[in-house]
Amino acid sequence: MWKKAYEWLEERLGLKALYDNLLDRPEPKGNWWNTLGSASLFLFVIQGLTGIFLTVYYTPSPDHAYDSIQYIMNGVAFGWLIRGIHHWGASLMIIIVFVHMLRVFVTASFKYPRELTWLIGIGLLLLTLGMGFTGYLLPWHQMAYWATTVGTQIAGSVPFLGEFILKALRGGPDLSALTLQRFFAAHIWMLPAGLAGLIGVHLYLIIKHGESHYPSRDE
Amino acid sequence: MSGSFSRRDFIKAATALIGGVIGAALGVPAIGYLVDPALRASAKEGWVPILKLEDVPLGKLIPFSFTRVQVNGWERTSTTFSGYVLRKSEDPKDMLILNSRCTHLGCTVNWKEDAQAFICPCHDAKFSKEGAVLDGPPPRPLDRFEEFRVNEAGVIELFFKAG
Repeated sequence: MWKKAYEWLEERLGLKALYDNLLDRPEPKGNWWNTLGSASLFLFVIQGLTGIFLTVYYTPSPDHAYDSIQYIMNGVAFGWLIRGIHHWGASLMIIIVFVHMLRVFVTASFKYPRELTWLIGIGLLLLTLGMGFTGYLLPWHQMAYWATTVGTQIAGSVPFLGEFILKALRGGPDLSALTLQRFFAAHIWMLPAGLAGLIGVHLYLIIKHGESHYPSRDE
Repeated sequence: MSGSFSRRDFIKAATALIGGVIGAALGVPAIGYLVDPALRASAKEGWVPILKLEDVPLGKLIPFSFTRVQVNGWERTSTTFSGYVLRKSEDPKDMLILNSRCTHLGCTVNWKEDAQAFICPCHDAKFSKEGAVLDGPPPRPLDRFEEFRVNEAGVIELFFKAG
């Protein structure tokens, strides 16, 4: 019965070919340092899922943001768990992504033919930092407010364009409801969309070129 | 390689097992998190004390008011309700408790002793002592709090239902 259902699906979807090529592909001899890319992907998925769940109760408005998070933490069943994972997962993701980059650098895995994978990885790092920066404001408490005040001021210190950048980030000269709303939009729509797209290309390139192997003595 | 359970099979099984555990550890709380508001008891109904029986003389309209707090998530909405108690005889069951919310558009009506009527400030509606419409646009008499009781301490309580 199951075998028949599987064969019916397999004939139409061709999942085995997908599995063989994506998950059962040959890997060079490696160690735990080679798993950090997968760890980053796992954290991205976890952050995405917990983030989606947080938006069920979170309200991005100066009137409600703080209270809605207090409610998630104290009023909703398992709200503390969902937000806790999102909160700590965010820091962990920055660390893992950074160590992943260090490993690629140290093993020189960014060289031909993987330069593009490296460049896209830089994009992924910047987007991940952007996620951290925009997500930090959302609780709308003192720490969030002043961190964003300072962060946008630093961006505003760019010569000539500074004032424009500052206003574009804040949605005006001051931190306001507009800032919170656009940080929220960036945090849940724009940056994740960018991340998902670049992750797709990053993974495609890894599967196309295979993982880099450590050079032997003769190479 | 001895036996039919290879290292590769072990890794596959371990991945599925650990993945399943993580999935369940996250999935079950996630469902609880989503449906949580539906599992909460709503505290909308209940007995509300309004006045001491001894403070209500026979045949006289005595005003009262009480406030109910509605909690939705992190928002608390308090609504004040008011009305008048009229004791018709010594029997504590023989009481009329009127809601002073005008049945036209919801303004609060006031008892005017000289007019011997409840007057609504919004559209000059008039109600009798018993709440019947005497004049103006209201579609029906003043609402009554039908369910009330006098507790052991001699306090009149009424049963409040939302809506």
